[in-house]
Amino acid sequence: MDDGYLQQYVSLFEEFDVIGAFWVNIQLTVYAGILGLVLGTVLATMRISPVPSLRWAGSAYVTVFRNTPLTIIMVFCVLGLWGQLGWTLSPDFTTNFFRFAVVALTVYHAAFFCEALRSGVNTVPIGQAEAARAIGLSFLPAARLVILPQAFRGSVAPLGNVLIALIKNSTVAAAAGVAEAAGLMKTMIEFRPDVILAIFLTFAFGFVVLVVPVGMATTALSRRLAVVR
Amino acid sequence: MTDSPLFDTPGPRARRRMLWMNIVGALVVAGIGFLVLRAFAAKGQLDADLWNPFVGSRAWENFLLPGLKDTLKAAGISIVTASIFGIVFGIGRLSRSSLVRRVSGAIVEFFRAVPVLLMMIFFYLGIARLHVVEPADLPLVAVVLGLTFYNGSVFAELIRSGVHSLPRGQREAALAVGLRPTQSLRLIEVPQALIAMLPAIASQLVVILKDTALGSIITYPDLLDAARRLGSGDGNILQALMIAAGMFIVINYALTRLAGRLARRVGGRTAGRPRAEAPGLAVGPGAT
Repeated sequence: MDDGYLQQYVSLFEEFDVIGAFWVNIQLTVYAGILGLVLGTVLATMRISPVPSLRWAGSAYVTVFRNTPLTIIMVFCVLGLWGQLGWTLSPDFTTNFFRFAVVALTVYHAAFFCEALRSGVNTVPIGQAEAARAIGLSFLPAARLVILPQAFRGSVAPLGNVLIALIKNSTVAAAAGVAEAAGLMKTMIEFRPDVILAIFLTFAFGFVVLVVPVGMATTALSRRLAVVR
Repeated sequence: MTDSPLFDTPGPRARRRMLWMNIVGALVVAGIGFLVLRAFAAKGQLDADLWNPFVGSRAWENFLLPGLKDTLKAAGISIVTASIFGIVFGIGRLSRSSLVRRVSGAIVEFFRAVPVLLMMIFFYLGIARLHVVEPADLPLVAVVLGLTFYNGSVFAELIRSGVHSLPRGQREAALAVGLRPTQSLRLIEVPQALIAMLPAIASQLVVILKDTALGSIITYPDLLDAARRLGSGDGNILQALMIAAGMFIVINYALTRLAGRLARRVGGRTAGRPRAEAPGLAVGPGAT
């Protein structure tokens, strides 16, 4: 790498707002993460409830959205809901697409959040529930004091993996025309194809920096909270 | 209800209460469905002329089936190449040389952290500059490379954790009968790890199949792209995308069921624990 190459590469950062593009990915992740976790919790509650119709509806949702490519949901939101049905989520053009991208990411990842939470409940051995009833706890105290604390601890690692997938999948918002990192990388490479490798590695390491700490933090957290059995 | 730790087997009073909750729940779900249908009907989206194209053979022969073929082609090639990548780097991560182990580890961790779409765009634009493949094949090559590096890394991680979850006695017995450590890895440990990870491979196929849809962003003519072209011709993109999504759901649901059946069947043929899902970057306690 000679000076010229490095200089050309550095000059790109004056021209393009790389940090700004990553900030859009982070915003997509935060909004879709919160909304997806809320929807996923509702779905998980439905799936572990004793009411057959709610259980069926919850698992139908998970089956449908876990097996549909995120790209299709994204294109469906933009070309279908906005283009064909004329729905808008904001009068502002850019905000409108951003919100549709958040909706697509939420709807898709809610199915995975639901499964992560449910897998936590499944880590609790049936003997824990039987012991809780044997000492006289009724349903709500048993759930609050015995089952759910263990279930949340068991679902830390799966939830972390869904969050990591969400960070990476926020690039699919490019299909909805949101100005985020993957789209900016394409523009930058097309503008300056001679430094393509440096541009790719910059964006790739940007995601490594975002993703690896989340993985390490949730791994450490789930080890610390682990229920010894 | 005996499979859930949360609820006891219901008695007569709880059963009556559940019946009511069941009816209310069913009404709420049906109500949401009705509202969606009404919103569609208000915009004329249920009109027969928007749905009729999918009954005839034109849409299937010219768009959906060729699109499905290209989706399956990209997924099929990627499965083979990702398996090769995964076996090479999975064994690399178990190598006795710490240099090989570290390099393989860095490569695997890097590709598991980078979004597949980023890799596809890079290969699409990068290989175009090298002029090594026909321009017409470019999107396919980029899709396959992107899927290979990501899913190959997942496979490599599966092999590593599969071998580590085998009981120690397997390796000790192999060494005791006079096999060298590499022979033990090749003849005893990796084959058992592969069998234990078969269910996880089957569920990873779902991921590969879904991710081929990213190819439509770099102009690969997959099922999503076909549905979009079909829909923009007839003005029924919404309906075309729903049909394409339905096709994905049917195939992936079948693959998921297959993974579940495999998980139950392979248990007796390996000393390892069969796992249904590939490990993620965040690992729980007790995972190796």
